[in-house]
Amino acid sequence: MSQDTNLTYSRVTTDIVRMLDKPTVKWWTLFMISLSFVGIGLICFIYQVYVGLGVAGYRHPVFWGTYITNFVFWVGIAHSGTLISAILYLFRARFRMSIYRIAEAMTVFAVLTAGLFPIMHLGRPWNFYWLFPYPNQRELWINFKSPLIWDVFAVSTYLTVSSLFFLIGMIPDIAAIRDRVTDKPRKLMYSILSFGWKGSNWEWLHYGRAYLYFAALATPLVLSVHSVVSWDFAMGNVPGWHTTIFAPYFVAGAIFSGLGLVISLTIPIRKIFHLEEYITLDNYDGMAKLIMFTSGIVGYAYGVEFFMAWYSSSPFEWQQFMYRVTGEYALFYWIMVICNVVIPIPLWFSKVRRNLKLLFIISLFINIGMWFERFNIIVISLSRDFDPAAFGIYKISWVEAGITVGSFAWFFMFFLIFLKTLPAVSISEIKEILPVPRRGDK
Amino acid sequence: MSLNQGVLGIYSYADSVLDAVRKLKTNGYENLRVFSPVPLHEIEEEIDLPPSPIRFFTLFGGLFGAASGFAITVLTSSAWPISVSAKPIVSIPPFMIIVFELTILFGAIFTLAGLLVNGFLRNRAPVSMYDKRFSDDKYGVMVVCPTENISSVQDILNSTGAEEVKVDSIDG
Repeated sequence: MSQDTNLTYSRVTTDIVRMLDKPTVKWWTLFMISLSFVGIGLICFIYQVYVGLGVAGYRHPVFWGTYITNFVFWVGIAHSGTLISAILYLFRARFRMSIYRIAEAMTVFAVLTAGLFPIMHLGRPWNFYWLFPYPNQRELWINFKSPLIWDVFAVSTYLTVSSLFFLIGMIPDIAAIRDRVTDKPRKLMYSILSFGWKGSNWEWLHYGRAYLYFAALATPLVLSVHSVVSWDFAMGNVPGWHTTIFAPYFVAGAIFSGLGLVISLTIPIRKIFHLEEYITLDNYDGMAKLIMFTSGIVGYAYGVEFFMAWYSSSPFEWQQFMYRVTGEYALFYWIMVICNVVIPIPLWFSKVRRNLKLLFIISLFINIGMWFERFNIIVISLSRDFDPAAFGIYKISWVEAGITVGSFAWFFMFFLIFLKTLPAVSISEIKEILPVPRRGDK
Repeated sequence: MSLNQGVLGIYSYADSVLDAVRKLKTNGYENLRVFSPVPLHEIEEEIDLPPSPIRFFTLFGGLFGAASGFAITVLTSSAWPISVSAKPIVSIPPFMIIVFELTILFGAIFTLAGLLVNGFLRNRAPVSMYDKRFSDDKYGVMVVCPTENISSVQDILNSTGAEEVKVDSIDG
């Protein structure tokens, strides 16, 4: 946001509170569409529970398929939210101010979506609590040497911490809304969520400190969560998985995909709610630069994977990577490379970074490309490992497709509710970057 | 000794608030509280509050989390000590991941507790002294003083550009 803005404190409050006005017909239409697809996903899941995991397209030797792809994809999406809210907060990057709330909401809902998939992937999903250490008569405990258990701890910590960060960051804004709304039920809800915030210097002191510590705790957490997710694969002795670059490769990919989705979400929101003065081209320029950077890391990782396969002199590794570029799944591999490495190249030019139509289109391709990256790593590696007699092809089944579409709808359902109940742009932080009102101004 | 009274001045400009706080302090009024829609760092320097104790909450939470991470991994592994491939039962490197995650988890939960206790439960501003506009675009300076000093405080607030001044009795 530039200094020569004509926003004032009270206009900021009015504009953001206006976003929470009664939902329009358009909103209800979108919400109902999301809800129906969630319903379709739910029916598919119930069918799968009733009939068994066989309907999920798992065929020997591929027993990690679309569900795990979706899990990794959604955990990845979640990363840019905390990157923008915590890491860029510690770096005092100003371009985060107007978009971080949307990114944080996206984080929380993406983790909520991701968390469903390991459960759907279970043969007996009702036993999911076996993943947690709980006291039992036989003194049986979980295996802390298993990467899957690290994952349970990492993802549940991430969900808890990012939700707390999201809700705490909103307290002063919720207080501002509480003081504006007039109807009783909403007033009650915002009063509870604002913790009786009054904005006194005593509260600001403790609040500022707590927020700083949250950011400092969330920063290493973000980097750890996707590293742990990557170790689900890297700890396994499967060609294509067993490499040391997986942690940084996954973290960069996660930030890359998350920023892609932030851009795909904020461009329509900016237009619909007329937030042009809040979410400026400078914000998009900053995000596009981060995309440029992470796209470079991801592209480099794609190349280095081949180098390591060749340099390792392992025939299994090398046949796996040749299979990726030329085999049955080659189309998916090349979609991934084109979407993640080639299509973001125009972002090197500032004209493209500031052209929202182009940026929107590029961000959609990034989302597609990153989904296929996860798919390629998981499915292609499994379908050709060591023994040619055990090679096999996995095809996505209609049940998996239904649940995947349902998961996107589930995410958008939460997001639509968020837009109408909570402040999507931070009121107090936008005010913080506006010039402070002084006597001499008039 | 007379009952303590709260005097509140409402301001539109941050520099007026700063003037008022300085003037009140030179006149010996130390029990001040400033309301604002955004944190005012100049005020933070002017009104010297002790550093927030939340850092001790965070530190304790982190240490507690690390200790519980070690405890749960080491104790549960030792509960059924079956050696697999002669590998150590208590294997520290993988356990460090659990220790790390629980450090962050409890660090965050205790930070939240610290914020609730210090920011929201202790030393609350009286409701009678709150104005809805403080969350929007106005500033407030609240002074707690004995009844006989009310008029002098009112004068200071008015002379520094307060738009409204109100007086109410507060507890304590």
